[in-house]
Amino acid sequence: MPPARYACLVSATPEELKQRIEAGIPGATAEVTGDGHHFNAVVCAREFAGLSRIAQHRRVYEVFGSELGDRIHALSIQTKLPQENTV
Amino acid sequence: MTDDTSNSLRDEIRQAVAENPVILFMKGTPDQPACGFSARTVAILQSLDQPFAAVNVLPDPRIRQELSTVSDWPTIPQLFVNGELVGGCDIVTEMYQSGELQRALGLDGGTGTEEPPQPETPQVASLSIENRL
Repeated sequence: MPPARYACLVSATPEELKQRIEAGIPGATAEVTGDGHHFNAVVCAREFAGLSRIAQHRRVYEVFGSELGDRIHALSIQTKLPQENTV
Repeated sequence: MTDDTSNSLRDEIRQAVAENPVILFMKGTPDQPACGFSARTVAILQSLDQPFAAVNVLPDPRIRQELSTVSDWPTIPQLFVNGELVGGCDIVTEMYQSGELQRALGLDGGTGTEEPPQPETPQVASLSIENRL
């Protein structure tokens, strides 16, 4: 994670979000698009199995903590299990 | 902010969630949503003719802060049905498309192939409790 003190000065990129999601959720693959403020993430992870949608999305939100709504202005999430992933 | 203030605000949020079977915490009001995600969620509820209470989180940043503490959910909007967090715009949209939202609201289930309605000028007045928090 970038140091909190400067994180707000550096725009987030889709590539950064992708890497952090994949690092934060072992085995996950993420496709992220976005403009530096609004992002769209399709996250596919085996560990979502058996979790409610709420719990799956919380898992992704956890990766970014307080940066959500701040540095990362908006993050749309779609979660999938590996076998559902047709992307 | 004192602990007392945040605790009483938290209690008011819990009470509002408990007292209103369908309640949406949003940016702006159903008539004038201040964010696209809130607007989309309102449009879905209104397309189902579902009455709902609405709380605008913008007037006081503490509402949002305390709401997220109560719900363990970082973003706005947040839809609660029968005291339980259903989710934000993404989940509400997915559930609408699959018919799960209609079932959760006790309405006739959708076909499972619903196209989400796009926000236009909302017509239905909210059962607003905007002034209580």
